[in-house]
Amino acid sequence: MFTFRLKRTVKLGIKSLWMHRLRSTLTTSGIIFGVSSVIAMLAIGEGASQHAQEQIARLGSCNIIIKTVEPPEEEQAGGRERVMHEYGLTYADAERFHNSIPNVEVVVPNRLLAQRAWYRNRKVAAEVIGTVPWFPDVSTVRLIQGRFLSSIDMHYKQSVCVLDENVVSELFAFDDALYQDIKIATDYYRVVGIVTQQAIVSDLQTFDNQAPAAPGQGGANVGNIYIPLTTIKDRFGEISIEFSGSSGAKIEKVELHEIIVKVGSIEEVLPTRDILETLLDRFHKQSDYQVVVPLELLRQAERTKMIFSIVLGSIAAISLLVGGIGIMNIMLATVSERTREIGIRRALGAKKRDIIVQFLSETLILTLAGGILGIILGSSIPYFVTYFGHMPTVITTSSLILAFGISAIVGITFGLYPAYRAANMDPIESLRHE
Amino acid sequence: MQQFNKTPEFKTDKPILVMKQLCKSYQLGTVQLQVLRNIDVTINSGEYVAIMGPSGSGKSTLLNMIGCLDHPTSGQYWLSGRNVFELNDDDLSLIRGAHIGFVFQSFNLIQQLNVVENIEVPMYYQGLSEHESAQRARKLAVMVGLGDRITHRPSELSGGEQQRVAIARALANEPLIILADEPTGNLDSESGSEILKILVDLHKQGKTLIVVTHDEGIATDAQRTIRLFDGRIKQNGER
Repeated sequence: MFTFRLKRTVKLGIKSLWMHRLRSTLTTSGIIFGVSSVIAMLAIGEGASQHAQEQIARLGSCNIIIKTVEPPEEEQAGGRERVMHEYGLTYADAERFHNSIPNVEVVVPNRLLAQRAWYRNRKVAAEVIGTVPWFPDVSTVRLIQGRFLSSIDMHYKQSVCVLDENVVSELFAFDDALYQDIKIATDYYRVVGIVTQQAIVSDLQTFDNQAPAAPGQGGANVGNIYIPLTTIKDRFGEISIEFSGSSGAKIEKVELHEIIVKVGSIEEVLPTRDILETLLDRFHKQSDYQVVVPLELLRQAERTKMIFSIVLGSIAAISLLVGGIGIMNIMLATVSERTREIGIRRALGAKKRDIIVQFLSETLILTLAGGILGIILGSSIPYFVTYFGHMPTVITTSSLILAFGISAIVGITFGLYPAYRAANMDPIESLRHE
Repeated sequence: MQQFNKTPEFKTDKPILVMKQLCKSYQLGTVQLQVLRNIDVTINSGEYVAIMGPSGSGKSTLLNMIGCLDHPTSGQYWLSGRNVFELNDDDLSLIRGAHIGFVFQSFNLIQQLNVVENIEVPMYYQGLSEHESAQRARKLAVMVGLGDRITHRPSELSGGEQQRVAIARALANEPLIILADEPTGNLDSESGSEILKILVDLHKQGKTLIVVTHDEGIATDAQRTIRLFDGRIKQNGER
């Protein structure tokens, strides 16, 4: 009984709305744009934050990364020109982290060098990372082929390397990369393993300026090459000489470029960070290091996302509200225009409730149609944003449900009053209405 | 849904409508306007009654009262054994839909609906199924001679045709009473007499017919004429 009435009510509503096609379309467009802006804005916001969060998560939420940074000029050497500029993290630092902080599980010291690698006539600019065999413990890289570096490699300072996918695809067009020899700077290294890509802190710069660029990590590097830490020290030394025009050579000595520390659980990250900073502060006279906590970045990203969503959401909600007011306006006009019809229906046996249902369903048809069209339009906008603007976007199901729900609520809220007014008209006066 | 007894009673001597000392007044600012004063009317089932009177004599108010569109200020009104005074808005709606068929001077069809859909409206509010009401509406359209125009909109019909639709619509729920308010007022004399013929035929089939009119010709057809003057009944009986 109820369902067949519903069907007929909807039919009747569509018929009445169809009588005023232009008016109905214009009224609905307010809802269409409101709903689509809610969806599009949430998708863009969600996309931006999800991208950042992915990057951060790949750095490891239980990790603390300490990076070497070049100290500011005025702090250097107190005015006296020194030949060699020595700064940064040392093996002693890594040793201290390992020995004096009990909840530190893994300490990975790294040396980073921007170098070119050759295979036959192919060349690639890569980040050469001198690291230790337990590097995979603090990283999200996965082994695809072969093995990672071993302690034997470390001990004998072997000329072996592990490549990541990007380097492999650049260097090896047709050959199988495993057990080939590639040339880095002046020496040859044998490829013993292939791993997936690793997130680097500098990726985050697009998201957050707090994250510093690691020295030597230029944007031109396509990927990482991992070699034993002992080998990199042996082959490349710790001194780098950079010729910079007329001012002469800049000579630097840096032992380690980063130390990655992993703790047992997420709760320990922040206290451990404080201990690390205290420890570093005691042994470093100049501020030549920076501590990056992915977890903190993650939390900050979540906060940013929340604020972002609230701002975008409220702008979109206001546009929906405006659309709703537009609908109410038109429905009030429709009700007064159809006063006579209401009178006729009342005389023919319609109860007040029947009139309310009739006009409320017309409003609901308008808003729900607007909601559906808005979802279609709103889902296509992020697609274009991604395609033309190269921005990541994510449409979540919850945002679709939210937008549709809001449009339904708008329909009921702004439809109720006009329907109520229609129902409470005096049938005799409505019949006389011209 | 509550269903009222829909089978009309054909015994002519049984009163279908009884009004006792019925008064209606409107408050216009500080002035109380007495529109109907102490109306005593009894109409039997199957009767054909004409209500006449000059403008402002309270004809329309009386008709609205009979049609359960308006509440009396005082007095009693019994329609087929029910005290209308006691009923609430929803019950009045149901009574209007089930027991009363309205025929208006200005036809009052719903413009966005076609002939059949207009006839279906009262059945819709009585809760008849779509199939049943469509079938019945078609039958009624054929009965008033519009069988070939059932999908036309009111704007595509002549005045006489529109009034036929209105009559078909009034018959939709097999009402006890057909209330016609100047049914020929907006029509030329030819289609007016056609409409009147349909109404008189309905009376002959046993329907109770109450017509408000200025037309003395209609009044002569009627079995009884009630003349109103200044809210009072001046004449009530056969002429």
